[in-house]
Amino acid sequence: MLFLLPNFLGFAVFTAIPVLWSLGAAFTNWTMSNTVPLQWTGLENLREMLHDTEFWLYSLNTLYLMVGLPFAIFGSLLIAMLLNQKLRGMVVYRTMFYLPTFTNGVALMILWKALYNPDFGPINSALSWFFHALRIPLEPPAWLLSTHSLFALSPERVGFDAKQFGLGARDALIIMGVWIAIGGNNMLLYLAALTNVPQDLYEAAAIDGAGRWKTFWNVTWPQLAPTTFFITIMSFIGGLTGGFDQARVMTQGKPAGTTITLSYYNYIKAFEQVQMGYASAISWALFAIIFVVTLIGWKFGSGAMGDV
Amino acid sequence: MTLTNVQPSRLAAPRRGASPRARKPWRIGALIRSHLILAFIALTTLLPFAWMFFTSFKPLQEIDQLKFVPHEWHPENYPAVFQQIPFGIYYFNSVFVAMWVTFLGVLTSAMAAYAFARLRWRGRDTVFKLYLGTLMIPGIVTMIPNYALMVKLHLLDSYTALIVPAAFSAFGTFLLRQFMLSIPPALDEAASIDGATPWQVFWNVIMPLARPGLIALAIFTFLGNYGSFYWPLIMIKSEHIRTLPIGMLYFDTIYGRQTNLLMAASVMNIIPLIILFVATQKFLVKGIQLGAVKG
Repeated sequence: MLFLLPNFLGFAVFTAIPVLWSLGAAFTNWTMSNTVPLQWTGLENLREMLHDTEFWLYSLNTLYLMVGLPFAIFGSLLIAMLLNQKLRGMVVYRTMFYLPTFTNGVALMILWKALYNPDFGPINSALSWFFHALRIPLEPPAWLLSTHSLFALSPERVGFDAKQFGLGARDALIIMGVWIAIGGNNMLLYLAALTNVPQDLYEAAAIDGAGRWKTFWNVTWPQLAPTTFFITIMSFIGGLTGGFDQARVMTQGKPAGTTITLSYYNYIKAFEQVQMGYASAISWALFAIIFVVTLIGWKFGSGAMGDV
Repeated sequence: MTLTNVQPSRLAAPRRGASPRARKPWRIGALIRSHLILAFIALTTLLPFAWMFFTSFKPLQEIDQLKFVPHEWHPENYPAVFQQIPFGIYYFNSVFVAMWVTFLGVLTSAMAAYAFARLRWRGRDTVFKLYLGTLMIPGIVTMIPNYALMVKLHLLDSYTALIVPAAFSAFGTFLLRQFMLSIPPALDEAASIDGATPWQVFWNVIMPLARPGLIALAIFTFLGNYGSFYWPLIMIKSEHIRTLPIGMLYFDTIYGRQTNLLMAASVMNIIPLIILFVATQKFLVKGIQLGAVKG
């Protein structure tokens, strides 16, 4: 198959074989150095992972950073619905909303790092002014320098600590994430899905005298179910494997490791501490979770997709 | 039941979903409210960009002042970036690598997509399912073996290491296959009957018709590579090969207090993207909507 060959070779060398390689490596003490002899260690890496406090703390960070996903998803839906009504300037709005997704990268992370600067960043300047004007006795948060979080997660152990309640680095990353994603790809997907909802369903609902909410819950929402399902699964996978770029650029995982996610931990283990075997085990654990989540999602999702 | 079933032409069709109710007079209030909400969201989206733009023209001593617009305009911040870091080299490296990845990626994906969409061969559907399955694999799973491979081949710190592993895309194959399936088979069947070889059909019939899909994939690929961070971070050791994201990272680490210069560099970083976006919006929106497929 001459047509397939180039792509298939690349696919085999850079995807298929590495996946199997990494699975094998997950059961070894592989370090990529000659001083430590390569050994098959069986489930040792998995055992280590289960007893690795850092692993659990960073798993919790990863999950906490995903708190923003529902806001981003429902925000996208809201924007798509607002845009889907023959508005003047629809394309202009769409362009503006898509801008953060399109320009997403290190430049935007450096921008947000400056915005969040607690001393002279514009966010805290505005907050200080606002608090002062309304005579609210509050200090603006230290954002990227703070271990606080809205869930009051303890930075030292898996658990809560009331003293840690507030807005901190993780919340800053969540807000930035929502800002980037809300008008992006998910919004475009919802927009396409809304365009394809059969118009007679709305007409029938109008004849039945359904109000706006009723129409939304009985017509729009079920019709969008496949899209919502797809977006949710993709966001979930993105959330579980994400968080490296912004933490590396904006906080280097600080303060006190609160912005280290599993993908960042994987990077630290593999490329800073060169424990390739253990890092492979972490990445496969993540892959396994994603696999199970996708399968479960598919089972429930196929019901929701039904006869759409 | 899937978004795939939407023909490209239908996506471009008049927006049926747009409500006819919009024309009734009592909807005017609702329209104004919609515009107000949208304008508010647009403002929230644009404010950080505006701050970046204005800050890039500020002198250093104005950085910690609350004024949004610079009191004194300093356009010389932009050339100053080039004096402090080899920004031109970063630019070149990013564009050079991204162009090569885009060219190779789109070409190999298109060929593979043609094999999956049009040619008949044993095991085709099994191999395609294998491709689909790997879309679920997170990048960090393959990262370590690929890194080890590059070390073994002594390719660390080379353009080859930045370009070649990124140039084979299962997603691209998948996207273009969907696109090619929407091209009427009668067209290439006619060409085959006229005695065209599969190569001729591919180049003369399928490729021209798949152009919107190819352009969309090219934009995605270029974009993904221009902003690529993790892989270049572990591949690049020396300055002359740094791409923009890696160069920006070091600029921020070393000259982090010069917010005005950092913002000037950021503006220059995203300007090519904004131009690209405005120029190709039409293809892009269609491509995203076509690429999201289930089942």
